[in-house]
Amino acid sequence: MNGFSFSRWLGILIKEFIQIKRDRLTFGMIVGIPIIQLMLFGFAINSDPKHLPTAVVMADTGPFARAYVAAMENSEYFKIIGSVDEREADRLLDASEVQFVVTFPVGFHRDLVRGKTPTLLVEADASDPMAVGGAISVLNHLGMEVFAPDLPGLQRPAAAPIELRVHRRYNPESLTAYNIVPGLLGVILTMTMVLMTGLAMTRERERGTFENLLATPATPVEVMTGKIVPYILIGLIQVTLILLAARWVFEVPMIGSLALLYAVVLLFICANLTLGITFSSIARNQMQAMQMTFFFFLPSMLLSGFMFPFRGMPDWAQVVGNVLPLTHFLLLVRGILLKGNGPALLWPHVWPILLFMGTVLALGVKTFRRTLD
Amino acid sequence: MNAVPFAIDVAGINKHFGDKHVVKDLSLQLKQGEIFGFLGPNGSGKTTSIRMLCGLLTPDNGRGTCLGLDVLTQSAAIKRQVGYMTQKFSLWDDLTIGENLDFVARMFGMKERKKAVAQALTELGLEGRRNQLAGTLSGGWKQRLALASCLLHQPKLLLLDEPTAGVDPKARRDFWEEIHRLSAAGITVLVSTHYMDEAERCHRLAYIAYGTLLASGTADEVVASQNLHTWQISGEGLQDLTERLRRLPGADLVASFGTTLHISGKDGDKLKGSLEAFLQGTSLKMTAVAPSLEDAFIHMMQGSRDQFQA
Repeated sequence: MNGFSFSRWLGILIKEFIQIKRDRLTFGMIVGIPIIQLMLFGFAINSDPKHLPTAVVMADTGPFARAYVAAMENSEYFKIIGSVDEREADRLLDASEVQFVVTFPVGFHRDLVRGKTPTLLVEADASDPMAVGGAISVLNHLGMEVFAPDLPGLQRPAAAPIELRVHRRYNPESLTAYNIVPGLLGVILTMTMVLMTGLAMTRERERGTFENLLATPATPVEVMTGKIVPYILIGLIQVTLILLAARWVFEVPMIGSLALLYAVVLLFICANLTLGITFSSIARNQMQAMQMTFFFFLPSMLLSGFMFPFRGMPDWAQVVGNVLPLTHFLLLVRGILLKGNGPALLWPHVWPILLFMGTVLALGVKTFRRTLD
Repeated sequence: MNAVPFAIDVAGINKHFGDKHVVKDLSLQLKQGEIFGFLGPNGSGKTTSIRMLCGLLTPDNGRGTCLGLDVLTQSAAIKRQVGYMTQKFSLWDDLTIGENLDFVARMFGMKERKKAVAQALTELGLEGRRNQLAGTLSGGWKQRLALASCLLHQPKLLLLDEPTAGVDPKARRDFWEEIHRLSAAGITVLVSTHYMDEAERCHRLAYIAYGTLLASGTADEVVASQNLHTWQISGEGLQDLTERLRRLPGADLVASFGTTLHISGKDGDKLKGSLEAFLQGTSLKMTAVAPSLEDAFIHMMQGSRDQFQA
C-alpha cells in the first residue's frame, strides 16, 4: 500500500507544472533570468577593459611623443579624448570622465634622442583598481616597441628608453576595498530597500489587511509615506554601520563632506524605495515582489561597475548600466569618499537618479490607483 | 428629508470591473437603527456593494447618500462614521490584541484612545490577553476582536461582510445578540450572510444575484413576493423518489429538509394535482406548508440563473 505509486507521483508533477504555468510572472522569470545572465556574463562583462578614455598633457609635441600617443591608441587599451592642460586634466579625473592622464614632459623628444631616460607621468583613476591594471602593464611594453626601432643604434638602450612613473590617484595602494566598500553600500541599500518595501505592501494585500487599512480614514499618501519612512531610517542605520566599518576596519579614506555623502545616500534610498513601492503595486503577492526585486538586482550588480569595470562593457551594456541608479551612486560615493568632489562635479550623476525616480514614481502612482479601484 | 432619515439611501448604483458588470442598478434604503440582511449566492456582488457603501470603491454611476453623505464624493467623511468588518479576518496577525486596537484607534484619530482601547478590551473580556498575538486567536475570538475594532470609533453604521462564516453556533448566537443590542442603541447594521436563521433575525432583507437586486422587504414580504405554494412530503423510501418528483409538472423547486422534502411551485393547483396523482399507491404523505425563506431564496436563485445563463 505504501509503495511508490507512479500515477500518484505523476499527479503531483502535473499539478506543480500547472501551477507554475498559471503564475505567468514566475514563468517569465524562469525563462528571463538565464537569458539575462547569459547576456550579461557572456557579452557585457569584461574584466580586462579596453578603450579607456585618456587625456594627454603635451608639454612636448615632438614626433616621439606623437608616436607614443598613436601607439597607445593602437594598443586598443586607450581611447585618447584629446590634449588638455594640467588643470583640465585634474578636473577630468575628478569627474571620472577619463581613466588616465598621460603627461609628456618638456624635452621628451630631445632626452630620448640623447639617450637620457625621460620620465612619463601616468595618472590613473585607481578608485576601481581592476579597471586600470591591464592598461598600465601595456604601457610598460609600449616604450620598447615604439622607440627602439627609431633610435640610432648607439643610443638604443638595453633597458626601457623611458621611465614610467605611475600615480594611482585616489587609491595609491590599489586596495580593492576602496572600490568594494562604497560599492557594497549601494548594493546592500538596493537589496534591502527594494525588497523590504516591495514586501511590506504586498504582505498587507496578501493577508487582506490592506482592505482594513483602506476602510479607515487613512489617505493613500499617509499609508505610503507612513510605510516608507521606517525603511528610510533602516537604510540610514545600514549606511552608518557600513561607513563605520569602512573607516575603522577597512581604512577607506573619507576625503569629502560627510553631509554631502548622506544627502546622496538619502537620494539613493528614496529612488530604491520608490521602485520597491512600484513593484509592490504591480506584484500580486510577496513571491512576485521578491522575483521582481531579483530581476532588478541582477543587472544592478553586474552592470553598474560594482563587480566588473564599467568601461569594459560594450556600449549597449553601458547604456543599460547608465539607467540604473546604482551606477551613478557608485560614482557619487567614490567621488565624495576618495576624490572629495563637491556638488558641481556630482550633479552629472545626480540627475540620472532623479530622472529614474520620477519615471518609476509616475508608473507607481498609475498602477496604485488602478489596484485601489 | 423624512422624519426618520435613512442611514443608507442609494439608487441606480452600478459597478464594472473591466467588462464585467458586477453590480447593476442597485437601490437600497436602510432605516436608521434597523438590521438589514444582505443575501445572495457567492459572487453575486454583495461584497462589492458593501465596499461601495463604505467608500472603499467608487460607484461608476448612480446617486445616493450614506449617513447623509454623498457616496460618490464624500467617501472620506463616510469612512469616519462607518465600521466595516471584512469577510476575511483583516487585523494584523503579528500585532497583539492591544496593539491592533490601538492602531485602529489611531487611524480614526480618536482623542481618548487609551481609554477607548481599555474599555473595548474589558467589554471583550480580553484584558488579561491584551499581549497575545491576534494571529493566535481562535476563529470565534478573531471575529469578536474584529467587531470590537469596528466599534472602537463609535460608528453610526456597521457594515458586516459575512461576519459569522466559520464561527461555532454558540459564538454566532452571542454575536447576534450583540448586533441586536447595537441596533437597539440606534446603530444601523447591514450584514451579509448565507445562513437562513441569521436572515430571519434581520428586520429587513435584500436578495441579490448576478449583481441584480431581486427582492427586498421583511422576511414575510420576501417569501410572499415569490408566490410559492409548498408541500412537505414525508414517508418511507422518499430518497429513491426525489428524482422523479423533480420532473413532476408544476414542480419548480424540490429541496431536502432532513428526512422530509419540500416541493414548491408557482402554479399551486397544477402541482397539487400532479402530486396527488404521483403519491397514489405509495406510503408517502403530503402536507401543505407555508413556504420558508430558504424555499423563496432557492427559487429566486434558480430563476435568476435561468435568466442569466440563457
